[in-house]
Amino acid sequence: MPKKDAVIIGLGWTGAILAQQLTEAGLNVVAIERGPWRDTSTDFNIAYMQDELRYAIRKDLFLQPSVEAMTMRNSASQTALPMRDYGSFLPGNGVGGAGVHWNGHTWRFWESDFQIKTHLTQRYGGAKIKDLQLQDWGPSWSEIEPAFDRFEYLCGVSGKAGNLKGQIQPGGNPFESPRAREYPTPPMQMPYASTLFAEKMREIGLHPFPLPSSNLSQAYVNPLGVRMGQCSYCGFCERFACGNYSKASAQTTILPVLMKNPNFEARTECEVLKVNLTPDGKMARSVTYLDAQGQECEQPGDMVLLCAYGLMNVRLMLLSKIGVQYDPATAAGTVGRNYCYQTSAGARLMFEGKHFNPFIGAGSLGQTVDDFNGDAFDHSKLNFVGGAGISCSVTNGRPISNRPTMPGTPRWGKGWKQATVDGYNNSMGFGSQGSSYPVRENYLDLDPTYTDRHGRPLLRITFDFPDNDIAMSNYLSDQLEKMTKPFNAKFAAVSRLKKGWNSVPYQSTHNTGGAIMGNDPKTSAVNKYLQSWDVPNVFVVGASAFAHNAGMNPTGTVGALAFWAGEAITGKYIKSPGALVHA
Amino acid sequence: MQHQVRALSRRSLLASVAALPILAVAADGATISGTVPWSPFAGEPPKPVNPLGWYFFNPSEAATVEAIVDRFIPADQLSPGGKDCGCAVFIDRQLAGSFGQASRLYTKGPFMPGLPTQGYQGDLTPAGRYRLGLQALNDYTNATYKKDFRALTGEQQDEVLAGMDNRKITLKLKPGFSTKEFFELMLQNTMEGFFADPLYGGNRNMAGWKMVGFPGARYDYRDHIGKHNVPYPKGPVSIYGLGG
Repeated sequence: MPKKDAVIIGLGWTGAILAQQLTEAGLNVVAIERGPWRDTSTDFNIAYMQDELRYAIRKDLFLQPSVEAMTMRNSASQTALPMRDYGSFLPGNGVGGAGVHWNGHTWRFWESDFQIKTHLTQRYGGAKIKDLQLQDWGPSWSEIEPAFDRFEYLCGVSGKAGNLKGQIQPGGNPFESPRAREYPTPPMQMPYASTLFAEKMREIGLHPFPLPSSNLSQAYVNPLGVRMGQCSYCGFCERFACGNYSKASAQTTILPVLMKNPNFEARTECEVLKVNLTPDGKMARSVTYLDAQGQECEQPGDMVLLCAYGLMNVRLMLLSKIGVQYDPATAAGTVGRNYCYQTSAGARLMFEGKHFNPFIGAGSLGQTVDDFNGDAFDHSKLNFVGGAGISCSVTNGRPISNRPTMPGTPRWGKGWKQATVDGYNNSMGFGSQGSSYPVRENYLDLDPTYTDRHGRPLLRITFDFPDNDIAMSNYLSDQLEKMTKPFNAKFAAVSRLKKGWNSVPYQSTHNTGGAIMGNDPKTSAVNKYLQSWDVPNVFVVGASAFAHNAGMNPTGTVGALAFWAGEAITGKYIKSPGALVHA
Repeated sequence: MQHQVRALSRRSLLASVAALPILAVAADGATISGTVPWSPFAGEPPKPVNPLGWYFFNPSEAATVEAIVDRFIPADQLSPGGKDCGCAVFIDRQLAGSFGQASRLYTKGPFMPGLPTQGYQGDLTPAGRYRLGLQALNDYTNATYKKDFRALTGEQQDEVLAGMDNRKITLKLKPGFSTKEFFELMLQNTMEGFFADPLYGGNRNMAGWKMVGFPGARYDYRDHIGKHNVPYPKGPVSIYGLGG
């Protein structure tokens, strides 16, 4: 097969962003995608997308465990077993990847995240974080901010700036790091629950603001000339694809332009097995994949970009021997290091005689307070670092899954039905989405027992919530308790996170780390440009690069990192191929 | 999923006949370049189930499941019972299809007992779990009450189901598949049947949606998002246009 300038593995958000940048720079690019081609008019059909059973319960658009599963355990002393169905998180599949069925929460991690170790050490001293494997990510805020801006303008994010070039803006998030300009589109219209939440939070002195949304408040034309439509608040967003061109995805923002580029081609239903290195292991020369007919093919390339879901980037590195496996016993090795997740809790309020109309929703529709997120509050007298955003978002009233009742209510038979009816329209909730900080014992590697359909080892996740994060989340639950008071609800219940990450109930598809970026090749798999320290013509792009996870949804930062890496490749690497950072 | 399997085969077919110049076919699979591929009617609309007969259950199993769904969702002024809402038909069709066969799940061994945090680790498909579980349920009620489950009084049926729910009754199943897991599987599938789009055989006349006030497959609430604390005035619609 003719050699390409760049071979991209995975055509989701990061693959599409990089493909667009590289083809614009004149490179010949092929993207190899395991799943099917998908587009709005055909596959996200507005006539039957509102099918909770098919898409939300049977998970029609997601990666099927029969194609690739993972094993999990809570500690190295346990035997990992396969997640036979995905539950706690749901990786994507096909063109557009998880960006097809995401919610659209589009956050920027803060300046204090990119410099987290430096920041926390300066403020509290090194002893405060000695049990955590926190480390700086590499880029400065002034370097990375324009990449956030590019992603937001690509998506047309609806929001309200809180900090314009250092000036705090009324109505926005006062805790965000400075941004160069306002959001591309104004905030979405708010539903009743979120409006009530914002009122009550203001009453108790907190700072609510509209959560930044890639479900658009109005029609928008992005810098590539691609047009998106106004969100119709249909309530079929997360786990669904948007039939309305209102949710930003590769399909609605990039592909119509990218696909016209003669120097780009997409190969779908082709599963990459591994990246092939030169005999000395120092350069990638090709990738091996199975095509739709099951034939093994080899695609040579000058550069290989790993743009699969973060966890799969890590697995591909391990299968291809790019970098050295992390060892939790010694903390040596870098691939698999600093796997993190998300640390969440919720509050549920029940009223009488209200009409919240929960079915009028969108993936990213709501109000947030960040007063207890990250390092927005003083931790000097607290026994933890980190925090959580607290959001009242109204995503759906789909009744197979969304039938809130108070704890203790029967789940069937007599008494169940009336309680369900009462809860459905009279209930609102809000929740904390907390940071997840790395510890030595949480990591990723290859499972010694279980294999995929091609006989390759599955990825093994060893994870539990660290003590720091449990303390943080319980402190946030204390705040949630206080926040429920001004509502004068008939009932209020607040959940508390416990040890023992459970892979069964859905929690969050915000898996981060495993191929983290950083300044030191001893503690990071990729440099600050997401270039492999070990194999410099390989870039590994995605949430796999996060050195920790913040109390925010990751996609905004994933998109920014893709633009940031793409600029490094087109601006620096192709002019002078080789390591962009010398350790 | 069956949808997905069909989608793949249709695409493979398209690829193999090179129906469109943009979908050039090489030995390396579907290669797409130059434009966004599109062909008419390539979508995968769902097919409404035939409501008559049983596809998976034998008559005894069907009667047992009809009795169970009527205890989970008893008939009252809020809705008809689970049986009349089609929940047993729904479960039957699900078990006869991709869900019942676990076709999308990871089903490779070895099968080892797991921790609760690791989820179901048995080797039975959902269809296999129902087959074994319903037999074990009737074995239990025959040993305890000398009757099949469906012949018990409503109160006795509730006693048995509650015992399975709160782990006081242990049916003779097999390692890796607990009585509680069987109970949760049936409860989840019953609720799916009560609240899923009617095209899957349950939620007849959209009774589940009417009960809670879910408007179903509507796609545009822009006219109501700003009307706070005001009931939504319209009844439900289903994907195939059934009006409320």
